[in-house]
Amino acid sequence: MQFFFEVLIGGLLSGVLYALVALGFVLIYKASGVFNFAQGAMVFFAALTFVGFLEVLPGWTGLEDGGRAVFWLAFVLSLTAMVVLAIATEKFVLRPLVNQPPITLFMATIGLTFLVEGIAQGIWGANVRGLDLGIADVPIEYMMENFNILISSFDVFAAAVAAVLVAALALFFQYTRIGRALRAVADDHQAALSIGIPLRHIWVIVWAVAGFVALVAGMIWGARNGVQFALTFTALKALPVLILGGFTSVPGAIVGGLIIGASEKLAEVYVGPFVGGGIESWFPYILALGFLLVRPEGLFGEKHIDRV
Amino acid sequence: MLYREAGQFKASYEADQQIFPILQDRIGVLLLIGFFALAVPLFADQYWLKAILIPVLIFSLAAIGLNILTGYAGQLSLGSAAFMAVGAFGAYNFMLRIDGMPFLVAILLGGLCAALVGVMFGLPSLRIKGFYLAVATLAAQFFIVWALVKIEWFSNYSSSGVITAQQIEILGFAFEGPQSKYLLTLFVVVVMALAAKNMVRSTTGRSWMAVRDMDVAAEVIGIRLMRTKLTAFAVSSFYCGVAGALYAYTYIGTVEPEGFNLDLSFKILFMIIIGGVGSIMGSFLGAAFIVLLPIALDVFVPMLLGDLVSSSFVSNLQLIVFGGLIVFFLIVEPHGLARLWQIGKEKLRLWPFPH
Repeated sequence: MQFFFEVLIGGLLSGVLYALVALGFVLIYKASGVFNFAQGAMVFFAALTFVGFLEVLPGWTGLEDGGRAVFWLAFVLSLTAMVVLAIATEKFVLRPLVNQPPITLFMATIGLTFLVEGIAQGIWGANVRGLDLGIADVPIEYMMENFNILISSFDVFAAAVAAVLVAALALFFQYTRIGRALRAVADDHQAALSIGIPLRHIWVIVWAVAGFVALVAGMIWGARNGVQFALTFTALKALPVLILGGFTSVPGAIVGGLIIGASEKLAEVYVGPFVGGGIESWFPYILALGFLLVRPEGLFGEKHIDRV
Repeated sequence: MLYREAGQFKASYEADQQIFPILQDRIGVLLLIGFFALAVPLFADQYWLKAILIPVLIFSLAAIGLNILTGYAGQLSLGSAAFMAVGAFGAYNFMLRIDGMPFLVAILLGGLCAALVGVMFGLPSLRIKGFYLAVATLAAQFFIVWALVKIEWFSNYSSSGVITAQQIEILGFAFEGPQSKYLLTLFVVVVMALAAKNMVRSTTGRSWMAVRDMDVAAEVIGIRLMRTKLTAFAVSSFYCGVAGALYAYTYIGTVEPEGFNLDLSFKILFMIIIGGVGSIMGSFLGAAFIVLLPIALDVFVPMLLGDLVSSSFVSNLQLIVFGGLIVFFLIVEPHGLARLWQIGKEKLRLWPFPH
């Protein structure tokens, strides 16, 4: 039983990472109706940029290597890069494709994926890099002693970051002027335009916020598994998360991420040995597929009446 | 002047129902086939045949397959490489386990296996569409590759699922050199491409297009959605499967399931976007473009920039160029290279007296 809990908690925590990527998808889908396949590439780009700046900044500025100043400067610069990416995407991809069918935009974001991956590796190189955020990856002693369950403090930190991020986004959406405009656009493009909300600015903002989420997700993932190209494949797991949680729901992304994370780990441990292992690679997709047949709008998604 | 259909009256039903109703098109296609079947094998060297012409033909076939599903029936799929894998492994097993299996029958049976699997993964399309379906086909992509690696029977218990294609022999003639393999590939591809061209203007093809354009309206005029979508999945997977079998037998020789990964699926998707969604001709143009582009970049970029660039830079440049081109084509010419060809034809109709 104790082993079961360890697997479950490990799965839930890796689910947090999926949820963070899925969150970026949801933000963009809500505000612009674009299914942004490039979110995984954005995570990769953000993480690589952050690590890259960490490496080069001490040389450029003479700041202490690994110090707090370098960390925050790199963070700010990476965030700037994500904002620039958001502006460029809006200008060169979204704006010319306004009013195209959603599937065209989807294919455009697949192109964007390749573009972003190529640029990221072109600038920073393709080496696998480690990332140290200064948070120890050791089991928490309290849990170890009292319940005999192994939980890494880093995983708890990741979960806390995710929780803070979601809370901050919820507040941002609920209580700020921009947040209200974002919700208006998500609700009805035409109506939002007619009361004077500048759609283009909103798109830039929402892509930039998604870029910020990608940066946070990329930093946590990078610290866990190293910053490498494989990140983009793992980020694809966010797709079944979305199907499970619903494309338009922030809590759905979190719950979906947790379910996918936990179930894939449990399946790997308890079902995997009977079929040769490695089922983690496809289990989430099949789960999502099964789920689609029962509840196509996801757990928290808006029910849309749509004849197929 | 040269290309005009004025005066070509169709006096019989047969004449009206030809695949290429315009005389110039017929001549053009015959010339093209003649050129690639007779002139090319004589003059092209081994490298061109092996590394460029054969893969272009095979990918064209796969692109036709995806085009049938995505371009004609409007169902986006990200799993075409997996169906190619099913075709390749299917053909391999038929050749291996049935004594005296004719090669052509084996690849067709491989295609049929792919069609069956395609229908299975196409079933969700009855309830979902768009992005949801794309994710469902991703499930096919990952699951099939996993199954081919893990279930060792498929690869005859070789390590990590690698298979080596058997010798191709038809009626006692062994296909060994690139020349003969090229001709064999060309034959299969031409026959299947003509069949596809014919199919898309038949009842089947027209009902695919009706479903693509508006499924509710299609249902109202009496098209059965379930049957139409599933035939699209079956035919599309069949084409991909045959392409996969050819990929294993006439192109690579030794394949592993991991070779049919998501990247290959994306490549095939790019072929139809660049070549032209909903065009058989476009599948060929797109495949040629996507196969030739990396080779051209490999050759010309170092030539232009000299020693300034490393090979990793060139491979990143490839990603950037691919991505950029996709976005560019979607914005500037959503109907791809095939549309450019069509515009050319319109111009040719008036040339040389445009007024």
